[in-house]
Amino acid sequence: MVQPLPYLKETASQTAGPYVHIGLAPGAAGFDIYRQELGWQIATPEVPGERIRVEGLVHDGTGAPVKDVLLEAWHADANGVYPHPEDPGHAEVPPGFRGWGRIITDFETGLWSFETIKPGPVPGRNKRMMAPHINLWLVSRGINIGLNTRMYFEDEDNGADPVLNLIEQVERRRTLIARRTGPGLYRFDIRLQGDDETVFLDI
Amino acid sequence: MKPAELHQRDRMWQPPALTPNYKTSVARSPRLAMLSLQGSLSEITGPTFGHSDIDPIDNDLIKNYAKTGDPVGERIIVHGRVLDENGRGVPNTLVEIWQANAGGRYRHKKDAYLAPIDPNFGGCGRTLTDESGYYFFRTIKPGAYPWRNWVNNWRPAHIHVSVFGTAFAQRLITQMYFEGDPLIAKCPIVATIPDQRAIDQLVAPLDLNAAVPLDCLAYKFDIVLRGRRSTLFENRLEGN
Ligand SMILES: [Fe+3]
Repeated sequence: MVQPLPYLKETASQTAGPYVHIGLAPGAAGFDIYRQELGWQIATPEVPGERIRVEGLVHDGTGAPVKDVLLEAWHADANGVYPHPEDPGHAEVPPGFRGWGRIITDFETGLWSFETIKPGPVPGRNKRMMAPHINLWLVSRGINIGLNTRMYFEDEDNGADPVLNLIEQVERRRTLIARRTGPGLYRFDIRLQGDDETVFLDI
Repeated sequence: MKPAELHQRDRMWQPPALTPNYKTSVARSPRLAMLSLQGSLSEITGPTFGHSDIDPIDNDLIKNYAKTGDPVGERIIVHGRVLDENGRGVPNTLVEIWQANAGGRYRHKKDAYLAPIDPNFGGCGRTLTDESGYYFFRTIKPGAYPWRNWVNNWRPAHIHVSVFGTAFAQRLITQMYFEGDPLIAKCPIVATIPDQRAIDQLVAPLDLNAAVPLDCLAYKFDIVLRGRRSTLFENRLEGN
């Protein structure tokens, strides 16, 4: 026998289930309870940066939209800085920039959208710059542990991004790149399985 | 504060994506391997919350939606600590819960179970942990409810729990169960977790010491998030 290590084990995940909105977005579940719900505004209108709108669908393995999915977004400000004490530049983040938002689908169509500002490039490991990206986390009924992915922008220079370049199958890199469909408008579809399965990240 | 990475998530402890006895997972589970990343600022940072975000009554589900009186059901306290894998409390982190009422019915426009809505019960609450990672809620013990999987599946009584931690990579949603519930062992959603010890960690024991005599019972539920790597070698994002 050896000495036991003192670490605890991470609590196991369980599906968020079909009624996740009751807890995280009760207004969408159909009732008013809190003075303010959290995550409905990522950046107030005064925050400097290019205003963007992102919309998309999450598709299951049959191609059907996942209508009860809930997403959360986390991204840096226009200078590539996160509003978090471990980002060395966080004191300069403009007031009103939260960097985090909750994204609710239309329960009839599964379509979701959110508005924010475009993030700047963020320093990655060993000071290699990461192209502008939005970190996404999604949960729903049937998803046992929240899925992490990233959304990049097709009109940015993604060629040297250290995360995209880790994806061995070059063809799959485009599953993380949002299409620009209009001025300030992007489309990002996520596919849980099947042809063009999105690259999910074990972070 | 210098950035530090997280312990790798133990994917053999966590439920896999594809668990055919929980049927909804079949079409909603990625089939290709995930891309495992070493942490960058994008993963080790995450949203922060403060007392201006929430109200003190938000953690009292007996009162936070009461209209004509208290909700029906067994009054309980749910309390515990949010810890990391190093055993340290996680302070000022947001904990959100949601649940069915005492009859097993959710207040959601998509829930059509025949048990009635309780006019005095919303079914959600939220709070911030204190400086030691401690949190508590007051609520009603939720009822078991049937769900469509096999023809006669029933969910054990449970409370859904969402926690943030300090890093986006610590984000976790789980479910808390109640000591002694015979439905736990029969639930295909519980059984998505491969290790019985990980299941046991989701079962809150009755905690009579925290009960309020002549008022409400209590259950204790500690939550463990991924730990930060200790300050040794090569654990800084900048490299050596
Ligand atoms: Fe439930």
